[in-house]
Parts: sequence; structure tokens; C-alpha cells
Amino acid sequence: MEKKSVKRRKKDLTFMERIYIPEIIKGLSLTFKNMIRPKFTFEYPEEKFIPSGAYRGRPVLVEETNGDERCVACGLCSRVCPALAIEVQAAETEREKERYPEKFEINMLRCIFCGFCEDVCPEEAIVMSKDYELTFSNREEAIYGKDKLLVPVNQLQDRIDFLREYK
Amino acid sequence: MGIGEIILISLAKILLVISLLFLTVAYLTYFERKVSAWAQNRIGPNRVGFKGLLQPFADVLKLLLKEDIVPEKADRIVHLLAPMISLFVAFSTFAVIPFGPEVHLFGYDIPLVVADVNMGILFVLALTSLAVYGLTLAGWSSGSKYSLLGGIRSSAQMISYEISMGFSIGGVLLLSESLRPIAIVESQSGWMWNAIVQPIGFITFLVSAFAETNRLPFDLPEAEPELVGGFHTEYSSMKFAGFFLSEYANMIIAAALIVTLYLGGWQIPYIDLLGLPSGLVALLQIGAFVFKLVAVLFFFLWVRWSLPRFRYDQLMNLGWKVMFPLSLINIIWVALLIMIFGL
Repeated sequence: MEKKSVKRRKKDLTFMERIYIPEIIKGLSLTFKNMIRPKFTFEYPEEKFIPSGAYRGRPVLVEETNGDERCVACGLCSRVCPALAIEVQAAETEREKERYPEKFEINMLRCIFCGFCEDVCPEEAIVMSKDYELTFSNREEAIYGKDKLLVPVNQLQDRIDFLREYK
Repeated sequence: MGIGEIILISLAKILLVISLLFLTVAYLTYFERKVSAWAQNRIGPNRVGFKGLLQPFADVLKLLLKEDIVPEKADRIVHLLAPMISLFVAFSTFAVIPFGPEVHLFGYDIPLVVADVNMGILFVLALTSLAVYGLTLAGWSSGSKYSLLGGIRSSAQMISYEISMGFSIGGVLLLSESLRPIAIVESQSGWMWNAIVQPIGFITFLVSAFAETNRLPFDLPEAEPELVGGFHTEYSSMKFAGFFLSEYANMIIAAALIVTLYLGGWQIPYIDLLGLPSGLVALLQIGAFVFKLVAVLFFFLWVRWSLPRFRYDQLMNLGWKVMFPLSLINIIWVALLIMIFGL
């Protein structure tokens, strides 16, 4: 039937269990063991947390080794952004890709770090980096232009490897 | 020794003890935060100064600069008086605790107690009874029902556990035949510390010490989930600092009492077999006292973060129905030992 016999009532405790001394000693030894174990605390800002490749930090534009951005200003990221944070202005160029973004701005106050822009980009030109520390002093400073968004490709290799393997 | 020399030596001892006591109380707060952090798998304060050692000064500065709020319905004079009583009792009790053997400095025999009275333990018991007043007046004068409840519960708890504490001390006194703390320490020669000779008394005194200092697992009067802050809810800034410091000073007093009465005071067993010079022996024995004090304080802090809190009726049940009979049994046990072994 039901397991009523498993539940022990107060008068079923043995004498040693009643004075609770073994339980107290067990509790004390558990706390003491925890005191000796090494701690996991990151002492920020001296030690920072480096996330893995799967982490979605702030969106950045990939900059090739010769200094050009990969972006062709197709406008897909701007269209798909749910928070309407991206603004792209295309212009003509003499390089092989023929289009380049004359003005590329992301409003970091609107960005929700969803990663849709990265998913939809056909050139793998915008990726979510590992950067999570953003501070601004006023609203104008929060609109990141191309100068703040361009990041060399070797720093973004972790994310690019993750994208190629899983997405 | 002339009267001038006695006064001078006493003043020197008082200065030394008071300054060390203040420093110890302040660093006990730091030590408590560190130990509680370690028990919870984190690091305690480590930013203020090297490894956080200046944290107590930061705390005191913060408390000094806070606004002192007194509730409208409070009795202002009593509200001011209560932390003063707590602090006074906490710091005066340390006058009779011996922290080392007699030293011979500059041709004088100086016992390392601030006041070598031959009824020292009675003085301590009297002062701990006065400590109840501090809490009760605090709870009553705050003009709030939670503080009143906290103050009443706390005073009832302290009074109940004073009885078992007194009877445990009675067991010690049977063996030492004197109320003088130095005589009590000297009666525990060799390996015959009172903790080994009267273990039941040791346990009852330990538990009563936890209850007297309002320390977990007996801290219902100041428990935050149950009573917001208990008797010190309505206190802010320096008055709160007064209660805060007096709680830690009480802890140090209780630990010093446990070391003196049950753990052999400053004695190191069989140290005279090593034949060291007497100055070094005295230093080692003072070091032994400090070490034992720190060990007992660590035990206080350790228990706080390991055991759950007692409910109030369980607490009173324990005090009257378990600790009191046990301390009486302890006296019978000691009397039997004296009769059988003729100590």
C-alpha cells in the first residue's frame, strides 16, 4: 500500500539521533569542507569572463586583412532587425564588390543582441562578438558608426568557426 | 609596590587591554564576513586595503556618517541609554579575564589581568545579568511592536540560559575552590582541563554561551525573517554601531570565559619540561591564550553558518528542560569525582 512506514516520528529516533549531535557534526563538517575548497569567484575587473564562441555579444562588422569591410550594403540586416537599430546607406565603389556602406550605424540602445542580422547576412559581414561591456555617457555616444563597429577578422575567428559548424 | 606604581601599571594594562579589545572587535567583524563567505564558496571583502583588511574602518566611517533616526513614539532618553548599557557591560567584563601568567617586568610581579579580584567570576555573572537590561530597554524604548517582542524574547532567552550557565560554572568552582580566575586557570594543570574532566558542563556552558550572546542558532530576537531586526530595528548609525560592537564584544567575552574556565586558560600542558627561559614561556603562554581564543571564536562563527535557527518555544524548552537538568547532573558528576579521587 502506501509507504507510511517509511516516515519516522519523533519517538522513533534513537537516543543519539535525538540529541542531534551526529547531525550537528555532519553539518559542521560540510561547512568546513566548503571553506577549504577553492572559490569560483571572478575578481572583476582584474579577471574578466571570456565567453565561448557561442556567445552573442555586441554586433560588429568584419574587417578583412586589407582594411576593407566585407559588407556590401544589401540592407538585409537593417530590414530584419526587430528593434530597428541598424541604418545602412549604400554607395558605389571601384572595388570588385561594387557596393559598400557609406554610412553604417547601429544604435546600441535599441539593439537587443538577438543575432538576426548575423543570421541573415549573405556575406558573413556582421557577426556577434564576445564583447559585453558597453558604457556610454550620453545618447549620441550610443550610436556606433563604422569606426566603432569594424573589428579585424582574426579577433572574430571563434564566432566564425561556431557559425560555420552550427548554423 | 607604592600606590603610584600600582596606578601606573594598572593604567598601562587598561590601555593595552582596551585598545586590543577594540581592535579585536573590529577585526572580528571582518573575520566573520570572511569566514561566512568561505563557508558559502565565495571570497569575503577584499577590496578595501590589502585583502580587505581596512574594511572595519570603512564600516565605522559609514556608520558615523549616517543619519540618526529616533522614532516619534520612542522614549528618547532610554533609547539613548540602551546601547550605552550594552557597550559598558561588554567592555567591563574583560577587566577580570587573565590572559597570561605572572610576568616579572622591571622588578615588579605583574599578573596579566586588569583587575585581580578574588571574586572575578561573580563579577562576570553579575555583568551578564546587567546585559539583559540593555536589550530589554532597547526593545521597549523603540516604540514599535516588533522591537518590543524582540526585546522581550531576547531578555527571556538570556535569563533562562543564565541559570544553566551559572550551574556549569558551579561545577568548575567545585574543582577550583576559588572564584578567582587565575586560581581557576591554575587548577587545570597538565592535561586536566575542565573540558575533559566535566564534558557535560562544557557542553552546557557552550550552549548557554551561544544563547547569552544571541548568536545563531539562538538568535531569534534579531532574526530578520521573523522579527525584521528584533530589538535593534529602530536603531541607526552610532547607536546601531553600539549594539553591533557590543554583540561582538560579548562574543569575545564568552569565548574568553570558555577558554579560562574550560580550556585551561593560558596553559600549555607540560611546557615546563622543555626548560625554556621564563620570559619566552610567558610569551608562549600568552600566545596560547590568543590561539585558543581565536579557535573558540572561529567555532562561534562556524556554527553560525551551519545550523538552522531554533524556534522560540524549542529554545525555551531546551533551556529549561534540557540544559538546566544537565548542568545539575554535571555538578553531581563533579562531586562524585571529588569524592572518589579526592581532588
